[in-house]
Amino acid sequence: MALLEMKHIRKSFDGLEVIRDISLQVDQGEVLSIIGPSGSGKSTMLRCATMLETIDAGEIWYLGEKTAWVEPDGTMVYPKGERLKKAHSCFGLVFQNFNLFPHFSVLKNIVDPMVHNQKKPKAEAVKEAMDLLGRMGLADKADAYPCQLSGGQSQRVAIARALALNPQVLFFDEPTSALDPELTGEVLKVIRSLAELHIAMVIVTHEMNFAKEISDHVIFMDKGMIEVEGSSEEVFSAKNDRMKAFFGKLEH
Amino acid sequence: MSFQVMMQQLGSGLLRSIHIFALTLLFSLPLGLLVSFGRMSKNRIIRSIVWIYISVMRGTPLMLQLLAVYFGPFYIGGLKLGTMWRFTAIIIAFSVNYAAYFAEIYRSGIESMPPGQYEAARILGYSRTSTFFRIILPQVIKRILPSVTNEVITLVKDTSLAFSLAYAEMFTIAKQIAAKETSFMPFLAAALFYYVFNAIVAFGMERIEKSLNYYT
Repeated sequence: MALLEMKHIRKSFDGLEVIRDISLQVDQGEVLSIIGPSGSGKSTMLRCATMLETIDAGEIWYLGEKTAWVEPDGTMVYPKGERLKKAHSCFGLVFQNFNLFPHFSVLKNIVDPMVHNQKKPKAEAVKEAMDLLGRMGLADKADAYPCQLSGGQSQRVAIARALALNPQVLFFDEPTSALDPELTGEVLKVIRSLAELHIAMVIVTHEMNFAKEISDHVIFMDKGMIEVEGSSEEVFSAKNDRMKAFFGKLEH
Repeated sequence: MSFQVMMQQLGSGLLRSIHIFALTLLFSLPLGLLVSFGRMSKNRIIRSIVWIYISVMRGTPLMLQLLAVYFGPFYIGGLKLGTMWRFTAIIIAFSVNYAAYFAEIYRSGIESMPPGQYEAARILGYSRTSTFFRIILPQVIKRILPSVTNEVITLVKDTSLAFSLAYAEMFTIAKQIAAKETSFMPFLAAALFYYVFNAIVAFGMERIEKSLNYYT
Protein backbone atom coordinates (compact mmCIF):
# COMPACT_ATOMS: atom_id res chain seq x y z
CA MET A 1 0.00 0.00 0.00
CA ALA A 2 1.30 3.43 -0.92
CA LEU A 3 1.89 5.92 1.89
CA LEU A 4 0.77 8.79 -0.25
CA GLU A 5 -1.02 8.91 -3.53
CA MET A 6 -1.91 12.09 -5.35
CA LYS A 7 -4.15 11.54 -8.33
CA HIS A 8 -4.74 13.99 -11.16
CA ILE A 9 -4.13 17.09 -9.06
CA ARG A 10 -4.92 20.46 -10.54
CA LYS A 11 -4.43 23.85 -8.97
CA SER A 12 -4.85 27.39 -10.25
CA PHE A 13 -4.10 30.76 -8.71
CA ASP A 14 -6.22 33.57 -10.13
CA GLY A 15 -6.85 31.69 -13.35
CA LEU A 16 -3.21 30.71 -13.81
CA GLU A 17 -2.89 26.95 -13.74
CA VAL A 18 0.24 26.07 -11.78
CA ILE A 19 -0.41 22.33 -11.48
CA ARG A 20 -1.85 20.55 -14.47
CA ASP A 21 -2.98 17.03 -13.83
CA ILE A 22 -0.15 15.64 -11.77
CA SER A 23 -0.18 12.20 -10.18
CA LEU A 24 2.47 10.77 -7.93
CA GLN A 25 2.99 8.08 -5.36
CA VAL A 26 5.26 7.60 -2.38
CA ASP A 27 5.87 4.15 -0.94
CA GLN A 28 7.17 3.02 2.43
CA GLY A 29 10.80 4.07 2.90
CA GLU A 30 11.00 5.72 -0.49
CA VAL A 31 12.82 8.97 -1.16
CA LEU A 32 11.21 11.06 -3.87
CA SER A 33 12.84 14.24 -5.12
CA ILE A 34 11.00 16.86 -7.09
CA ILE A 35 13.27 19.08 -9.14
CA GLY A 36 12.72 21.69 -11.78
CA PRO A 37 12.92 25.41 -12.47
CA SER A 38 11.39 28.01 -10.13
CA GLY A 39 7.71 28.52 -10.74
CA SER A 40 7.24 25.00 -12.09
CA GLY A 41 4.80 24.17 -9.28
CA LYS A 42 7.06 22.00 -7.11
CA SER A 43 6.39 23.80 -3.86
CA THR A 44 2.70 24.16 -4.64
CA MET A 45 2.55 20.41 -5.12
CA LEU A 46 4.02 19.96 -1.66
CA ARG A 47 1.64 22.49 -0.17
CA CYS A 48 -1.28 20.62 -1.71
CA ALA A 49 0.00 17.31 -0.33
CA THR A 50 0.27 18.79 3.16
CA MET A 51 -3.15 20.45 2.84
CA LEU A 52 -1.78 23.95 3.31
CA GLU A 53 -3.30 24.63 -0.08
CA THR A 54 -6.62 23.39 -1.42
CA ILE A 55 -6.80 21.50 -4.69
CA ASP A 56 -9.05 22.32 -7.63
CA ALA A 57 -9.28 18.78 -8.93
CA GLY A 58 -8.01 15.34 -8.05
CA GLU A 59 -7.66 13.18 -4.96
CA ILE A 60 -5.14 12.79 -2.16
CA TRP A 61 -4.83 9.46 -0.38
CA TYR A 62 -2.84 8.73 2.77
CA LEU A 63 -2.30 5.11 3.82
CA GLY A 64 -5.01 3.94 1.48
CA GLU A 65 -7.58 6.37 2.83
CA LYS A 66 -8.98 9.21 0.80
CA THR A 67 -8.17 12.42 2.69
CA ALA A 68 -8.94 15.14 0.18
CA TRP A 69 -11.01 15.16 -2.95
CA VAL A 70 -13.11 17.44 -5.09
CA GLU A 71 -16.85 16.99 -5.47
CA PRO A 72 -18.43 17.23 -8.93
CA ASP A 73 -19.67 20.73 -8.07
CA GLY A 74 -16.05 21.83 -7.60
CA THR A 75 -15.90 22.10 -3.80
CA MET A 76 -13.00 20.47 -2.10
CA VAL A 77 -13.75 18.06 0.72
CA TYR A 78 -11.74 16.85 3.69
CA PRO A 79 -12.99 14.10 5.98
CA LYS A 80 -14.08 15.35 9.37
CA GLY A 81 -12.61 15.13 12.86
CA GLU A 82 -10.60 12.04 13.71
CA ARG A 83 -10.00 10.95 10.13
CA LEU A 84 -8.54 14.29 9.19
CA LYS A 85 -6.44 14.28 12.35
CA LYS A 86 -5.17 10.82 11.47
CA ALA A 87 -4.24 11.96 7.97
CA HIS A 88 -2.48 15.00 9.40
CA SER A 89 -0.45 12.84 11.77
CA CYS A 90 0.89 10.86 8.77
CA PHE A 91 3.19 13.59 7.58
CA GLY A 92 5.60 16.26 8.68
CA LEU A 93 6.87 19.26 6.77
CA VAL A 94 10.18 21.09 6.89
CA PHE A 95 9.95 24.62 5.53
CA GLN A 96 12.44 26.60 3.52
CA ASN A 97 12.60 29.29 6.21
CA PHE A 98 12.33 26.91 9.19
CA ASN A 99 9.32 28.54 10.88
CA LEU A 100 10.52 27.70 14.35
CA PHE A 101 8.53 29.32 17.15
CA PRO A 102 10.82 32.16 18.29
CA HIS A 103 9.30 32.48 21.77
CA PHE A 104 9.95 28.81 22.59
CA SER A 105 13.36 27.40 23.42
CA VAL A 106 14.79 24.80 21.05
CA LEU A 107 13.67 22.02 23.38
CA LYS A 108 10.17 23.45 23.76
CA ASN A 109 9.81 23.82 20.00
CA ILE A 110 10.14 20.04 19.81
CA VAL A 111 8.42 19.05 23.04
CA ASP A 112 5.39 21.34 22.95
CA PRO A 113 3.64 19.72 19.95
CA MET A 114 4.31 16.26 21.41
CA VAL A 115 2.84 17.14 24.78
CA HIS A 116 0.12 19.52 23.70
CA ASN A 117 -1.08 17.80 20.54
CA GLN A 118 -0.05 14.18 20.88
CA LYS A 119 -0.71 14.12 24.63
CA LYS A 120 2.60 12.45 25.39
CA PRO A 121 3.80 12.59 29.02
CA LYS A 122 6.23 15.48 29.40
CA ALA A 123 9.15 13.44 30.73
CA GLU A 124 8.93 10.99 27.85
CA ALA A 125 8.68 13.82 25.31
CA VAL A 126 11.72 15.58 26.75
CA LYS A 127 13.74 12.36 26.62
CA GLU A 128 12.80 11.73 22.99
CA ALA A 129 13.48 15.34 22.08
CA MET A 130 16.92 15.22 23.68
CA ASP A 131 17.70 12.01 21.79
CA LEU A 132 16.69 13.68 18.54
CA LEU A 133 18.73 16.78 19.30
CA GLY A 134 21.68 14.51 19.99
CA ARG A 135 21.26 12.86 16.61
CA MET A 136 21.17 16.33 15.02
CA GLY A 137 24.38 17.25 16.87
CA LEU A 138 22.53 19.93 18.81
CA ALA A 139 22.28 18.49 22.32
CA ASP A 140 24.02 21.58 23.73
CA LYS A 141 21.46 23.90 22.12
CA ALA A 142 18.40 22.57 23.94
CA ASP A 143 18.00 25.70 26.05
CA ALA A 144 18.92 28.17 23.32
CA TYR A 145 16.30 30.25 21.51
CA PRO A 146 15.90 30.11 17.73
CA CYS A 147 17.32 33.64 17.34
CA GLN A 148 20.62 32.37 18.73
CA LEU A 149 21.00 29.65 16.09
CA SER A 150 22.59 29.68 12.65
CA GLY A 151 20.40 28.83 9.67
CA GLY A 152 21.78 25.31 9.51
CA GLN A 153 21.15 24.74 13.19
CA SER A 154 17.63 26.16 12.87
CA GLN A 155 16.85 23.82 10.02
CA ARG A 156 18.14 20.83 11.96
CA VAL A 157 15.91 21.81 14.89
CA ALA A 158 13.00 22.07 12.46
CA ILE A 159 13.80 18.56 11.19
CA ALA A 160 13.96 17.26 14.78
CA ARG A 161 10.63 18.93 15.52
CA ALA A 162 9.02 17.25 12.54
CA LEU A 163 10.58 13.85 13.33
CA ALA A 164 9.44 14.00 16.95
CA LEU A 165 5.85 13.48 15.87
CA ASN A 166 6.80 10.21 14.13
CA PRO A 167 5.49 11.01 10.68
CA GLN A 168 5.24 8.25 8.09
CA VAL A 169 6.40 10.61 5.40
CA LEU A 170 8.44 13.78 5.76
CA PHE A 171 8.17 16.61 3.25
CA PHE A 172 11.01 19.07 2.64
CA ASP A 173 10.23 22.31 0.87
CA GLU A 174 13.61 23.55 -0.44
CA PRO A 175 15.21 22.87 2.95
CA THR A 176 18.56 24.41 2.04
CA SER A 177 17.55 27.32 -0.19
CA ALA A 178 17.96 29.84 2.64
CA LEU A 179 21.39 28.53 3.59
CA ASP A 180 24.96 29.15 2.42
CA PRO A 181 26.91 26.19 0.99
CA GLU A 182 28.60 25.33 4.26
CA LEU A 183 25.35 25.25 6.22
CA THR A 184 23.67 23.43 3.34
CA GLY A 185 26.17 20.62 3.82
CA GLU A 186 25.26 20.03 7.44
CA VAL A 187 21.54 19.93 6.70
CA LEU A 188 21.98 17.58 3.75
CA LYS A 189 24.03 15.29 5.97
CA VAL A 190 21.11 15.03 8.36
CA ILE A 191 18.62 14.33 5.58
CA ARG A 192 20.98 11.68 4.19
CA SER A 193 21.08 9.99 7.60
CA LEU A 194 17.28 9.87 7.60
CA ALA A 195 17.28 8.21 4.20
CA GLU A 196 19.53 5.51 5.64
CA LEU A 197 16.90 4.91 8.32
CA HIS A 198 14.35 4.36 5.54
CA ILE A 199 12.04 7.18 6.46
CA ALA A 200 9.90 8.05 3.47
CA MET A 201 10.68 11.54 2.23
CA VAL A 202 9.53 13.91 -0.46
CA ILE A 203 12.14 16.56 -1.15
CA VAL A 204 11.70 19.64 -3.28
CA THR A 205 15.21 20.84 -3.93
CA HIS A 206 17.62 22.68 -6.19
CA GLU A 207 20.55 20.57 -4.96
CA MET A 208 20.88 18.38 -8.04
CA ASN A 209 23.81 16.26 -6.91
CA PHE A 210 22.13 15.62 -3.62
CA ALA A 211 18.86 14.65 -5.32
CA LYS A 212 20.72 12.37 -7.69
CA GLU A 213 22.53 10.57 -4.92
CA ILE A 214 19.76 10.22 -2.35
CA SER A 215 16.59 9.60 -4.39
CA ASP A 216 14.86 6.35 -5.26
CA HIS A 217 12.58 8.24 -7.57
CA VAL A 218 12.94 11.64 -9.20
CA ILE A 219 10.33 13.89 -10.79
CA PHE A 220 11.36 16.73 -13.06
CA MET A 221 8.58 19.29 -13.24
CA ASP A 222 8.14 22.13 -15.67
CA LYS A 223 5.20 24.50 -16.13
CA GLY A 224 2.98 22.55 -13.78
CA MET A 225 3.51 19.20 -15.46
CA ILE A 226 5.75 16.19 -14.95
CA GLU A 227 8.28 16.40 -17.74
CA VAL A 228 10.42 13.39 -16.83
CA GLU A 229 10.21 10.88 -14.03
CA GLY A 230 11.84 7.66 -13.03
CA SER A 231 14.74 6.34 -11.03
CA SER A 232 17.58 8.70 -10.25
CA GLU A 233 19.79 7.29 -13.04
CA GLU A 234 16.98 7.38 -15.59
CA VAL A 235 16.06 10.98 -14.94
CA PHE A 236 19.55 12.39 -14.71
CA SER A 237 20.59 10.70 -17.94
CA ALA A 238 17.35 11.48 -19.75
CA LYS A 239 17.57 13.16 -23.14
CA ASN A 240 14.79 15.64 -22.52
CA ASP A 241 15.36 19.04 -24.14
CA ARG A 242 13.68 21.04 -21.42
CA MET A 243 15.74 19.25 -18.80
CA LYS A 244 18.96 19.67 -20.72
CA ALA A 245 18.29 23.38 -20.95
CA PHE A 246 17.69 23.51 -17.21
CA PHE A 247 20.82 21.55 -16.34
CA GLY A 248 22.83 23.49 -18.90
CA LYS A 249 22.01 26.69 -17.05
CA LEU A 250 22.95 25.11 -13.75
CA GLU A 251 26.48 24.33 -14.90
CA HIS A 252 27.31 27.90 -15.81
CA MET B 1 -6.78 74.51 54.46
CA SER B 2 -3.53 73.00 55.56
CA PHE B 3 -1.13 71.43 53.12
CA GLN B 4 -1.65 68.12 54.84
CA VAL B 5 -5.43 68.18 54.42
CA MET B 6 -5.03 69.10 50.76
CA MET B 7 -2.67 66.20 50.21
CA GLN B 8 -5.03 63.86 52.00
CA GLN B 9 -7.93 64.90 49.82
CA LEU B 10 -5.88 64.66 46.65
CA GLY B 11 -4.62 61.28 47.83
CA SER B 12 -8.14 59.94 48.19
CA GLY B 13 -8.86 61.34 44.71
CA LEU B 14 -5.78 59.58 43.40
CA LEU B 15 -7.08 56.27 44.77
CA ARG B 16 -10.29 56.78 42.81
CA SER B 17 -8.26 57.61 39.68
CA ILE B 18 -6.28 54.41 40.15
CA HIS B 19 -9.56 52.56 40.59
CA ILE B 20 -10.83 53.84 37.23
CA PHE B 21 -7.47 53.12 35.63
CA ALA B 22 -7.25 49.54 36.88
CA LEU B 23 -10.83 48.57 36.08
CA THR B 24 -10.62 50.13 32.62
CA LEU B 25 -7.52 48.08 31.80
CA LEU B 26 -9.06 44.95 33.27
CA PHE B 27 -12.07 45.22 30.95
CA SER B 28 -10.70 46.94 27.86
CA LEU B 29 -7.68 44.71 27.26
CA PRO B 30 -9.68 41.48 26.76
CA LEU B 31 -12.59 43.35 25.17
CA GLY B 32 -10.16 44.89 22.69
CA LEU B 33 -9.02 41.42 21.64
CA LEU B 34 -12.61 40.41 21.02
CA VAL B 35 -13.22 43.60 19.04
CA SER B 36 -10.10 42.98 16.94
CA PHE B 37 -11.48 39.53 16.05
CA GLY B 38 -14.68 41.23 14.91
CA ARG B 39 -12.67 43.74 12.92
CA MET B 40 -10.87 40.87 11.12
CA SER B 41 -13.96 38.66 10.85
CA LYS B 42 -14.78 36.92 7.57
CA ASN B 43 -18.40 37.91 8.10
CA ARG B 44 -18.99 41.25 6.38
CA ILE B 45 -21.82 42.34 8.66
CA ILE B 46 -19.79 41.79 11.84
CA ARG B 47 -16.80 43.51 10.24
CA SER B 48 -18.88 46.55 9.27
CA ILE B 49 -20.52 46.89 12.67
CA VAL B 50 -17.16 46.73 14.42
CA TRP B 51 -15.67 49.17 11.93
CA ILE B 52 -18.43 51.70 12.70
CA TYR B 53 -17.99 51.17 16.44
CA ILE B 54 -14.24 51.79 16.28
CA SER B 55 -14.73 54.78 14.03
CA VAL B 56 -17.23 56.40 16.44
CA MET B 57 -15.09 55.66 19.50
CA ARG B 58 -12.02 57.19 17.91
CA GLY B 59 -13.86 59.98 16.14
CA THR B 60 -15.71 61.56 19.07
CA PRO B 61 -14.41 63.01 22.35
CA LEU B 62 -14.17 60.62 25.27
CA MET B 63 -15.75 63.31 27.46
CA LEU B 64 -18.81 63.31 25.24
CA GLN B 65 -18.94 59.51 25.38
CA LEU B 66 -18.86 59.68 29.17
CA LEU B 67 -21.84 62.04 29.15
CA ALA B 68 -23.65 59.86 26.61
CA VAL B 69 -23.26 56.70 28.68
CA TYR B 70 -24.19 58.46 31.91
CA PHE B 71 -27.23 60.37 30.68
CA GLY B 72 -28.23 58.04 27.86
CA PRO B 73 -30.39 55.66 29.91
CA PHE B 74 -32.40 58.60 31.25
CA TYR B 75 -32.89 60.52 28.00
CA ILE B 76 -33.49 57.49 25.85
CA GLY B 77 -35.21 55.05 28.18
CA GLY B 78 -36.41 57.36 30.94
CA LEU B 79 -34.49 55.22 33.40
CA LYS B 80 -33.44 56.71 36.70
CA LEU B 81 -30.39 54.85 37.86
CA GLY B 82 -29.05 55.03 41.41
CA THR B 83 -25.93 56.71 42.73
CA MET B 84 -23.80 53.71 41.82
CA TRP B 85 -24.52 54.37 38.16
CA ARG B 86 -22.09 57.27 38.00
CA PHE B 87 -19.07 55.08 38.63
CA THR B 88 -20.42 52.22 36.49
CA ALA B 89 -21.02 54.61 33.60
CA ILE B 90 -17.45 55.88 33.86
CA ILE B 91 -16.03 52.36 33.73
CA ILE B 92 -18.29 51.39 30.81
CA ALA B 93 -17.41 54.50 28.80
CA PHE B 94 -13.69 54.19 29.45
CA SER B 95 -13.56 50.44 28.76
CA VAL B 96 -15.57 50.64 25.57
CA ASN B 97 -13.50 53.57 24.33
CA TYR B 98 -10.13 52.03 25.15
CA ALA B 99 -11.17 48.65 23.76
CA ALA B 100 -11.50 50.33 20.35
CA TYR B 101 -7.93 51.63 20.50
CA PHE B 102 -6.57 48.35 21.85
CA ALA B 103 -8.43 46.44 19.13
CA GLU B 104 -6.57 48.34 16.43
CA ILE B 105 -3.28 47.72 18.20
CA TYR B 106 -4.01 44.00 18.48
CA ARG B 107 -5.01 43.89 14.84
CA SER B 108 -1.79 45.54 13.71
CA GLY B 109 0.16 42.98 15.73
CA ILE B 110 -1.82 39.97 14.56
CA GLU B 111 -1.63 41.01 10.91
CA SER B 112 2.12 41.51 11.15
CA MET B 113 2.67 37.85 12.07
CA PRO B 114 4.31 35.84 9.27
CA PRO B 115 1.94 33.22 7.78
CA GLY B 116 4.67 30.62 8.25
CA GLN B 117 3.94 30.54 11.98
CA TYR B 118 0.33 29.56 11.32
CA GLU B 119 1.39 26.98 8.74
CA ALA B 120 4.00 25.40 11.00
CA ALA B 121 1.47 25.23 13.83
CA ARG B 122 -1.08 23.61 11.56
CA ILE B 123 1.36 20.98 10.32
CA LEU B 124 2.40 20.22 13.90
CA GLY B 125 -1.21 19.53 14.84
CA TYR B 126 -2.17 22.61 16.85
CA SER B 127 -5.87 23.42 16.80
CA ARG B 128 -6.89 26.88 15.70
CA THR B 129 -7.46 27.97 19.29
CA SER B 130 -4.14 26.66 20.59
CA THR B 131 -2.36 28.12 17.58
CA PHE B 132 -3.67 31.52 18.54
CA PHE B 133 -3.11 31.35 22.28
CA ARG B 134 0.16 29.35 22.36
CA ILE B 135 1.93 30.49 19.22
CA ILE B 136 0.51 33.75 17.89
CA LEU B 137 -0.67 35.81 20.88
CA PRO B 138 2.57 35.61 22.92
CA GLN B 139 4.51 36.95 19.94
CA VAL B 140 1.86 39.58 19.22
CA ILE B 141 2.08 40.84 22.80
CA LYS B 142 5.81 41.40 22.43
CA ARG B 143 5.31 43.26 19.16
CA ILE B 144 2.56 45.56 20.40
CA LEU B 145 3.86 46.31 23.87
CA PRO B 146 5.33 49.76 23.00
CA SER B 147 2.00 50.88 21.49
CA VAL B 148 0.10 49.48 24.46
CA THR B 149 2.37 51.40 26.83
CA ASN B 150 1.45 54.60 25.00
CA GLU B 151 -2.25 53.93 25.45
CA VAL B 152 -1.88 52.96 29.09
CA ILE B 153 -0.04 56.18 29.85
CA THR B 154 -2.71 58.18 28.05
CA LEU B 155 -5.31 56.38 30.14
CA VAL B 156 -3.67 57.56 33.37
CA LYS B 157 -4.18 61.14 32.24
CA ASP B 158 -7.59 60.49 30.70
CA THR B 159 -9.00 59.38 34.05
CA SER B 160 -9.21 63.11 34.78
CA LEU B 161 -12.05 63.30 32.24
CA ALA B 162 -14.28 61.68 34.84
CA PHE B 163 -14.54 65.18 36.29
CA SER B 164 -17.15 65.85 33.58
CA LEU B 165 -19.50 63.55 35.52
CA ALA B 166 -18.48 65.23 38.78
CA TYR B 167 -16.89 62.04 40.01
CA ALA B 168 -14.47 62.81 42.82
CA GLU B 169 -11.28 61.54 41.23
CA MET B 170 -8.06 63.46 41.67
CA PHE B 171 -8.57 66.17 39.05
CA THR B 172 -12.11 66.96 40.24
CA ILE B 173 -10.85 67.36 43.79
CA ALA B 174 -7.91 69.49 42.70
CA LYS B 175 -10.32 71.78 40.88
CA GLN B 176 -12.61 72.03 43.90
CA ILE B 177 -9.78 72.91 46.28
CA ALA B 178 -8.32 75.37 43.80
CA ALA B 179 -11.66 77.16 43.50
CA LYS B 180 -12.22 77.25 47.25
CA GLU B 181 -8.71 78.39 48.17
CA THR B 182 -8.11 80.50 45.05
CA SER B 183 -4.76 78.81 44.73
CA PHE B 184 -2.91 77.10 41.92
CA MET B 185 -1.11 74.78 44.33
CA PRO B 186 -3.64 71.92 44.14
CA PHE B 187 -3.14 71.72 40.37
CA LEU B 188 0.61 71.57 40.77
CA ALA B 189 0.27 68.86 43.39
CA ALA B 190 -2.13 66.93 41.14
CA ALA B 191 0.30 67.26 38.23
CA LEU B 192 3.03 65.82 40.39
CA PHE B 193 0.79 62.91 41.41
CA TYR B 194 -0.10 62.15 37.78
CA TYR B 195 3.54 62.35 36.83
CA VAL B 196 4.64 59.93 39.54
CA PHE B 197 1.73 57.60 38.77
CA ASN B 198 2.80 57.54 35.12
CA ALA B 199 6.46 57.12 35.96
CA ILE B 200 5.55 53.99 37.89
CA VAL B 201 3.36 52.73 35.04
CA ALA B 202 6.10 53.41 32.49
CA PHE B 203 8.66 51.66 34.68
CA GLY B 204 6.38 48.63 35.01
CA MET B 205 5.77 48.44 31.27
CA GLU B 206 9.48 48.74 30.59
CA ARG B 207 10.11 45.83 32.94
CA ILE B 208 7.58 43.72 31.07
CA GLU B 209 9.19 44.68 27.75
CA LYS B 210 12.61 43.69 29.07
CA SER B 211 11.28 40.38 30.34
CA LEU B 212 10.27 39.56 26.75
CA ASN B 213 13.67 40.49 25.34
CA TYR B 214 14.94 36.93 25.55
CA TYR B 215 13.97 36.39 21.92
CA THR B 216 13.67 38.40 18.75
